[in-house]
Amino acid sequence: MKVPGVASIARTAALVLLAAFLIWPQRFAPLFVPLTQYGAPPIYDQGNLLTLALAQLGTVCCAALASTVVAVALGILVTRPSGAQFLPLSRTLVNIGQTFPPVAVLAVAVPLVGFGLKPTLIALFAYGLLPIFENTLVGLKTCPPAVLEAASGMGMSARQRLLSVELPLAMPLILEGIRVSLVISVGTATIGSTVAAKGLGEVIIAGLLSNNTAFILQGALVTGLMAVLLYDALTGLERRVCRTVRID
Amino acid sequence: MITIENLTKRYGTTTVVDGVSMHIPRNSLTVIVGTSGSGKSTLLRMVNRLVEPTSGRVLLDGNDTRAEPAHLLRRRIGYAIQGHGLFPHHTVAENIATVPRLMGWDAARIGARVTELLKAFALDPATFAGQFPHQLSGGQQQRVGVARALAAEPQLLLMDEPFGALDPIIRAKAQDDLLDIRRRFGTTIVLVTHDMDEAFRLGDHVAVMSGGRMLQYGPPAELLTRPADPLVSRMTGLADRAMRLLSLSTAGEAALPGTVDGPAVAASASLRDVLSELVWRGVDAACVTDADGTARGHLTVAAILAHGRP
Repeated sequence: MKVPGVASIARTAALVLLAAFLIWPQRFAPLFVPLTQYGAPPIYDQGNLLTLALAQLGTVCCAALASTVVAVALGILVTRPSGAQFLPLSRTLVNIGQTFPPVAVLAVAVPLVGFGLKPTLIALFAYGLLPIFENTLVGLKTCPPAVLEAASGMGMSARQRLLSVELPLAMPLILEGIRVSLVISVGTATIGSTVAAKGLGEVIIAGLLSNNTAFILQGALVTGLMAVLLYDALTGLERRVCRTVRID
Repeated sequence: MITIENLTKRYGTTTVVDGVSMHIPRNSLTVIVGTSGSGKSTLLRMVNRLVEPTSGRVLLDGNDTRAEPAHLLRRRIGYAIQGHGLFPHHTVAENIATVPRLMGWDAARIGARVTELLKAFALDPATFAGQFPHQLSGGQQQRVGVARALAAEPQLLLMDEPFGALDPIIRAKAQDDLLDIRRRFGTTIVLVTHDMDEAFRLGDHVAVMSGGRMLQYGPPAELLTRPADPLVSRMTGLADRAMRLLSLSTAGEAALPGTVDGPAVAASASLRDVLSELVWRGVDAACVTDADGTARGHLTVAAILAHGRP
């Protein structure tokens, strides 16, 4: 029988801890009491932590899905001979998405689409494009030329070559881009609470407003654990894909 | 089988292939040889339309190759390249099955063909079918590359420096294998190389290219005895042209009637090898025998030397 390594023990422990805290937060109250003053509640009580965490995860996944679709499609487009001229333009757009701070995106988006989930989705979508786009680009551009030549020489159409050779070979890098994007988004999504999107930012803000360190810590810890576990899960997925691709 | 008519390729103002015409007969093994930048690869790639000609045309069995979409044309033409270009994410069996799959063969037929080819290339199907390219040696990868090119039973096989990445011993073996494959499947082969020794060893027709032009195209002996251009004799090598000429004839073809006392040499051995053997043993004559050991005739040093002159 395989002995579980330190990494998998730590992974399981983090997952169990996170789940336990989200399901039975009151059981952890004694741990947080020292962080409170004047008898303030040690555990966030203005909403269900589990619901908030799931809402944040949902927001992040929706935004990441949209970023992935757009960034990968754009990456494919600009690496085709017919779309090569759009490369500088696409790069600029994607870079603007990254350099524009998400807070500023929220400020611009709220007057246009109103408060709530929508401006947060827009900010996370724009912020998440760059890593996926750049990695897709590198993945598609670094396919070995002899392999591409062989694919065309065998009689694959451009579409068959893309789907059965180029994308599979670029997949590890694309997945890496998605992982980086997702992890950044999980953290960034907390600012969505400033425009009334449901999420753990609410807990942090409540803590800041009432000077309750316990709330701030809860919001931050749950967000952090989610990011670490997500990173870990996607790394595992990547490794599985890498096992059959480009190990020469 | 292939007729090339006045084929030209220009990139901007640079002419890479300049008005080449040639006819490649069925079942021949034609080697296009030239220095790098001579346009030999471009010429080959215009046959399967990986490069579209600027002017001129290519006829395959009398039909213009532009009559059908390029990717459909390429499925009927085998293509093997230097560095094999195997798909790293596909197993050996999947790599070989590439073109049959594109052509929509049923699974049973594909499986049978893959097994047949693996055996033909001395790769045990049970061991190699499920392996990935990076698990194979360079020579094995190259063999899988050629097997993949032959998978859909093409009448024509194009090879672009297929043995360029192999070390000399594996390369010699791969060249022997190619001659075997040709006998076995009767495929017409066009092979591009910069290696004159390879050209003489493999080709029954050799085309010499330089600067985009075809300097000479004919049987290898003709290149030595009647070079069309000083550059051709420079490329084939002046110093050892007599030995090269001897290497093109076999003992069986040159044998004189009657037998003599002397060492036995195989009828399939080249005159160059027989001469070398006679020099080494310090004798004047050898007995030529068939594969089954029956005497076919004899050869003397003088008779061999006569074959080394134009």
